[in-house]
Amino acid sequence: MTMTAQPQSQVTAHEPKVTVHLKIKRYNPEVDTRPHWEEYEVQMSPGDRVLDALHQVKWTIDGTLSFRRSCAHGVCGSDAVVINGQNMLACVNLIRNVGTHLTIEPIRGLPVIKDLVVDMEPFFAQYRSILPYLIAHDDPGYKERLQSPEDRERFDDTTKCILCACCTTSCPVYWANDSYVGPAAIVNAHRFIFDSRDQAAAERLDILNQKSGVWRCRTAFNCTEACPRGISVTKSIEEVKRAILYDRV
Amino acid sequence: MLKNFTIVRFHAKLYTVKVHYHSYDAVIVGAGGAGLRAAIEVAGKVRTAVITKLYPTRSHTGAAQGGMCAALANVEEDYWEWHAFDTVKGGDYLGDQPAIDIMCREAIDAVIDLEHFGMPFSRTPEGRIDQRRFGGHTRNHGEAPVRRSCYAADRTGHMILQTLYQQCVAHEVNFFNEFQVFDVLFDESGGQKRAAGVVAYELATGDLHVFVSKGVLFATGGYGKIFRISSNAHTLTGDGLGVLYRRGIPMQDLEFYQFHPTGIYGFGILLSEAARGEGGILRNGLGERFMERVAPTVKDLAPRDMVSRAIHAEIREGRGAGTDKDFVYLDLTHLPPEQIDAKLPDITDFARTYLGIEPKTQPIPIQPTAHYAMGGIPTNVEGEVVLDGKGTVVPGLYAAGECACVSVHGANRLGTNSLLDIVVFGRRGGRAMAEYVKGVDHPEVPRGAEAEVRDRIERFKAASGGEKVPAIRTELQQTMTENASVVRTAESLRAAHAKIDELVERYHSIAIDDKGEVFNYDLVEAVELSHLLDLAKGLVVGAEARQESRGAHWRDDFPTRDDVNWMKHSLAHRGDDGDVRLEYKPVIGGRYEPMERKY
Ligand SMILES: Cc1cc2nc3c(=O)[nH]c(=O)nc-3n(C[C@H](O)[C@H](O)[C@H](O)COP(=O)(O)OP(=O)(O)OC[C@H]3O[C@@H](n4cnc5c(N)ncnc54)[C@H](O)[C@@H]3O)c2cc1C
Ligand code: SF4
Ligand code: SF4
Ligand code: FES
Repeated sequence: MTMTAQPQSQVTAHEPKVTVHLKIKRYNPEVDTRPHWEEYEVQMSPGDRVLDALHQVKWTIDGTLSFRRSCAHGVCGSDAVVINGQNMLACVNLIRNVGTHLTIEPIRGLPVIKDLVVDMEPFFAQYRSILPYLIAHDDPGYKERLQSPEDRERFDDTTKCILCACCTTSCPVYWANDSYVGPAAIVNAHRFIFDSRDQAAAERLDILNQKSGVWRCRTAFNCTEACPRGISVTKSIEEVKRAILYDRV
Repeated sequence: MLKNFTIVRFHAKLYTVKVHYHSYDAVIVGAGGAGLRAAIEVAGKVRTAVITKLYPTRSHTGAAQGGMCAALANVEEDYWEWHAFDTVKGGDYLGDQPAIDIMCREAIDAVIDLEHFGMPFSRTPEGRIDQRRFGGHTRNHGEAPVRRSCYAADRTGHMILQTLYQQCVAHEVNFFNEFQVFDVLFDESGGQKRAAGVVAYELATGDLHVFVSKGVLFATGGYGKIFRISSNAHTLTGDGLGVLYRRGIPMQDLEFYQFHPTGIYGFGILLSEAARGEGGILRNGLGERFMERVAPTVKDLAPRDMVSRAIHAEIREGRGAGTDKDFVYLDLTHLPPEQIDAKLPDITDFARTYLGIEPKTQPIPIQPTAHYAMGGIPTNVEGEVVLDGKGTVVPGLYAAGECACVSVHGANRLGTNSLLDIVVFGRRGGRAMAEYVKGVDHPEVPRGAEAEVRDRIERFKAASGGEKVPAIRTELQQTMTENASVVRTAESLRAAHAKIDELVERYHSIAIDDKGEVFNYDLVEAVELSHLLDLAKGLVVGAEARQESRGAHWRDDFPTRDDVNWMKHSLAHRGDDGDVRLEYKPVIGGRYEPMERKY
């Protein structure tokens, strides 16, 4: 064991605090006609999350600031926001890594309800449109269906999706045309299309072959860069396109 | 001053809440694993609404990592009876054995069920569901660790939550997303109190919704946010328990709260026991494998309460690591890198993200973190809420999942048994509720059932006191972590008790900044804090009374288990003033007689 290799700076409770400047896009439908920027300054440790800084603003300066959050460690998908121009989860990015001057705004392409809270319904409706559940007509009886580790691996990447919408709301095609089903829905279709137990690949491929489907994607890679789960989003879209073209799963 | 006052009045007058009325046969509150599993059972059979303050896929079930135990015997010999024995022993003989038998027997079914729903379990080379070791799970009554935990890499909970939600989409379950339940309704017109519905607050609009329903099932999860260092989400504020507790339902075994040994230092973010299941080792600041001393047979895979206390002892005796000597290490550096990537990808990423540590070459600083509530809403094995030791039920009222106490986990839950609990008892509760509602009339709910909630909201918005919700919550979390966690004494508990009383007093004069109606999380946090205070107080009072050490409840001043006086469940009743009155009911025994807990 290499006890000495430990970077002490990262693991002490005594790191000096730094001043973090936040410029946050605010909108309150009850009083504002359009969004405006507000600026705040808070003292944070470099090892704190951006989410902690948002909390610091809400809890010590202005309780009217609204944003969603739950798990605080990147597994629930609640707190996708745009930080300095990039789609990210506020809870998996530390001040140390994103800097002390932060511009924070709601994710784009979905209607803003209040401050950083957007209407997620259109996003979930697109998710639901691709039949996101296992469809298998055989009766496996009182035992598990078998699946080889290789077959299981085939769709492992796309099972990681937490439906945070970072990808879809970073996609220029989606911004221009919100009827596009979007990368997140395609990722979730991929998860079933390439699951050896599933029997409805053809139906899903038909759905994604429509006007609002995969062919709108121009392979811009924004989505892959935005995904906090490290899913190869563009690759999975390409695999779905190929499956449509060559009728092959 | 005067100006301030005028503004407040202005807001109070302006506030006219809209109220909507709904009528259902069954309402499920909560859409984590337990709520969704129940929903699959109920939807399609009776008119059902699932009400959830988070989008279902945001529920904290998605954070569960390690696995779900079932004696499938896919990789080595195993029997559900062995699983039951481990659960009884792990719970330090406070669990009810008939319920434990049911859970361990139905575990096998529950895993197969999930697989049929599409759950992407990790597989053996033969294509069967793979299984791995987990703390406290042994072969043949403690002989050696056994491979019993079914898993999907280290995101088992994520996969379960997604799979159950997918099935709900397939079943066209009717969700009310981002609706937060603030109150429960009862109908006492027939002479007997029975469930009649809930009052929910719609986050997007601030409107109130009265759901009149024959059956109500609570599946609102835990309340880990009473502690400062915690693996729980910000939203785990014990709402379901809090709402019922205020309405006269007792809470069972609150003093039993589990601390998971391996939380990321400073953050409390969980690093699953799967890390030790895969061969990870705990080391103190001197590099010693201290669990060898504490549990010679199973070592690092001893149950959580023991490991957490061992860590606490290392730190207290000056063998911690770091400048403050206040953490120990989880060491994975001897594991093959491919194994880490394949089996523990997410949790090793957490160490990289939050501590900047590379777990393949560096040990990870960890400390115990508040993790799981063994106690909660008392239920029987059908998920019906019970009021006393005689098993008196409140017809139509159900609970399942972490908010409930069946009790299968006794004084200390074994790893993987909660994911199991939520699917087994989610299913049972759902089934029982679907049956029940077919045989009863719609309850009577008078107009204006929401009045009390409305008054409460108006009071919050009109209040101009000097106290702030975040300050009170932080002080509560601080005192609970310091005084009522891994190790407790009469003195530490007295300090926590006094602090909570002070905070409850101060809570009366809180004011919130946000007087608006749209996504007013300021208001929501104020309501949630009332539950945290209530539950913390119930926990501390129960812990003060219990003069023994059992499972997760360790009293330095009473360091042994006392089966003569204390082999019983506590029931905390809340008085109108928030005071706690304790009552006890017997543990239901079975095949296994209490014996000393050695590993
Ligand atoms: C980090 C972590 C790892 C874990 N790993 C494991 C593991 O490997 N194996 C294991 O067995 N257990 C594990 N556990 C424990 C287990 O995950 C939880 O106990 C279990 O998932 C709880 O499920 P639940 O359905 O009861 O509640 P949750 O999943 O917490 O869901 C609660 C639901 O209630 C809703 N809700 C709450 N309040 C309200 C309200 N007022 N109105 C409306 N809706 C409301 C929420 O929106 C949410 O949908 C882990 C826990 C944590 C924190
Ligand atoms: S790769 Fe396709 S889906 Fe992704 S951002 Fe580009 S256009 Fe959008
Ligand atoms: S694919 Fe990635 S970015 Fe897109 S919703 Fe899923 S987790 Fe989020
Ligand atoms: S709060 Fe859950 S992903 Fe950030």
